[in-house]
Amino acid sequence: MAKAAKTNRPTLDELKEMYVKMVVTRRMEEGLFPEHRAGNIRGPIHTCNGQEASAIGATAVLRKDDLVSTTHRGHGHMIGKGVPARGILAEIYGRETGLCRGRAGHMLMADLENGLLGTSAIVGGGPPYAVGQALAFQCQGSDRVAMSCFGDGAAQNGMVHEAMNVAGLWKLPVVFLCEHNMYGLTVPSSSQSPIADISDRAAGYDMPGVKVDGNDVVAVYQAAAEAVARARRGDGPTLLETKTYRMVGFSTTDIGGYQPEEEIAAWAKRDPIKRLREILGKDLKPKELDAMDAEAQGIVDDAYEFAKTSPETPLDDLYVPEYAEVEAAHG
Amino acid sequence: MAELRYAEALNQALDEEMARDEGVILLGEDIGNYGGVFRVTKDLQEKYGKSRVRDTPISEQVIAGMAIGASMMGMKPVAEIMFADFLPLVIDALVNQASMMNYSWAGQVTIPFVLRTQGGAGAGAAAQHSKSLEAMVTHIPGIKVVMPTTPADAKGLLKSAIRDPNPVVFLEHKMLYNTKGEVPDGEHLVPIGKAKVVREGDDVTIVATSRMAILAEEAAELLAKDGISCEVIDPRTLRPLDVETIVASVEKTHRAIVVNEAWRFGGYGAEVAATIAEMAFDWLDAPVGRIGIHDLAIPFAKPLEAAAIPDAGRIAEAVRETLA
Repeated sequence: MAKAAKTNRPTLDELKEMYVKMVVTRRMEEGLFPEHRAGNIRGPIHTCNGQEASAIGATAVLRKDDLVSTTHRGHGHMIGKGVPARGILAEIYGRETGLCRGRAGHMLMADLENGLLGTSAIVGGGPPYAVGQALAFQCQGSDRVAMSCFGDGAAQNGMVHEAMNVAGLWKLPVVFLCEHNMYGLTVPSSSQSPIADISDRAAGYDMPGVKVDGNDVVAVYQAAAEAVARARRGDGPTLLETKTYRMVGFSTTDIGGYQPEEEIAAWAKRDPIKRLREILGKDLKPKELDAMDAEAQGIVDDAYEFAKTSPETPLDDLYVPEYAEVEAAHG
Repeated sequence: MAELRYAEALNQALDEEMARDEGVILLGEDIGNYGGVFRVTKDLQEKYGKSRVRDTPISEQVIAGMAIGASMMGMKPVAEIMFADFLPLVIDALVNQASMMNYSWAGQVTIPFVLRTQGGAGAGAAAQHSKSLEAMVTHIPGIKVVMPTTPADAKGLLKSAIRDPNPVVFLEHKMLYNTKGEVPDGEHLVPIGKAKVVREGDDVTIVATSRMAILAEEAAELLAKDGISCEVIDPRTLRPLDVETIVASVEKTHRAIVVNEAWRFGGYGAEVAATIAEMAFDWLDAPVGRIGIHDLAIPFAKPLEAAAIPDAGRIAEAVRETLA
């Protein structure tokens, strides 16, 4: 297995930006649970609480014209890719100002302008089309990259195998980001896979398999930078596995009880936001850190206000023609 | 105008569209050097190169997935799924991905790919390589489903499908690849969503898809000898269905038989029959008849297979029953 590169160290400004995005993601998601309990938002909600370093670190190395595709646990990838919190929350509230005008909801969002294309809540459903996006880039002679995010649960799905096989075969510019959060719904990964490290499978696809501490945003950033650079050069895909942990249930419907208390406590000590705060503390004063927290909270508060005060999507949206009449402008 | 086989007409459509638009790429099993197991992509890899005509691994799910992903990035993929019996392997890509993207993402993307496949019995290919699974794909909103019968329609509909901004499932029939017919040269486009009245008549309307439309014409010939006049309609596009043409015919004939090679129960023929009952009830003088393949695994042995598939005799018998 290839080791993560020690180069590509993020600059202080990049670290600060990632910190703010991680805190935005955490605060935004924390706000969802009481809103869901109060009945102000509907449907199952999945959060990436504890996994922010993986999502934000990996997407930080992408260009605006690169693509990311993600899952129902994708808020971090969205914020990381530059999707506005306002659009995300308005979509979760089912409002006209949401990314998809309330047609998609929390699990299926897309934002073409910022390269979120798209979100699939079918476990394993995203990698096949991410590979197709990479195929388009290769055919077009473009140096754009597609990043496909999924979890250790999806890694056990046949579609993901097919996608990795053809990507390795054709050297497509795609990065497979497998966020190993230890559980597929309620069942631990050890009961779903005979091997502990999904990245071990990369050899079978003739691509590098890289395993990093997914709660260390610097390590994730460095490994993702290497993988994206490789794809951009035309050298093909990488399977990047980030070892992380889902600190909360799989969704708002989770009744819990299957994650051992001591396991949760051990991972709580490795909270990615606390760790990045410590790293930044070497260069920044506490009040500068507090100011970043306040900046993040301000973004989240503004987005909630925007979402709650936005108009409902008009019923006309239900009665649009079944088929597109002209092609969309493809970005 | 030239006389071409159905497979050649499809090949001509692909060739012309690839020459016209660099975004058109072909994906599928054995379609490159070999030219496709039914020869539809013959010589195209040599002409357009290995980047645009790609032999894929035997991985139907990612073939369909790649067509979706590439199409949302401005390409025009034409994916080949070798047998319609393999449609169950790609149904997630169609039902859960392709069909929702344009609407659920509020028009941010269109998904302009074509998924070609072929079905149908008659070749002794048995239960896993002979089915007609059009109901599986016609059930899905947002996806167009086309099913040409003649070489000319095969060419003209495939060209239209490639230029369409929506996902199009293009259903061919293995027993039609060697049938011949006059095919217009060059720019020949058959509109998606328009049925064809292949034979005019007054006593009964027969709506028949794919190879069944040919058998329906044979049945109409048989019945004409007895003074029974049949109107035969080939929908050509299964979704969106040209309801207007079918209803107008039933208003004239007052009787209808639907012939579709698929299983009857929950089949595409049921949708057409229900549509006629719903839209033309006041004009009907008899229940709408419905013919399909027997509801069982398609058998291998020749006499069994032949007995399972509808033929001109069965169609003619159904017409006589509806007139009785």
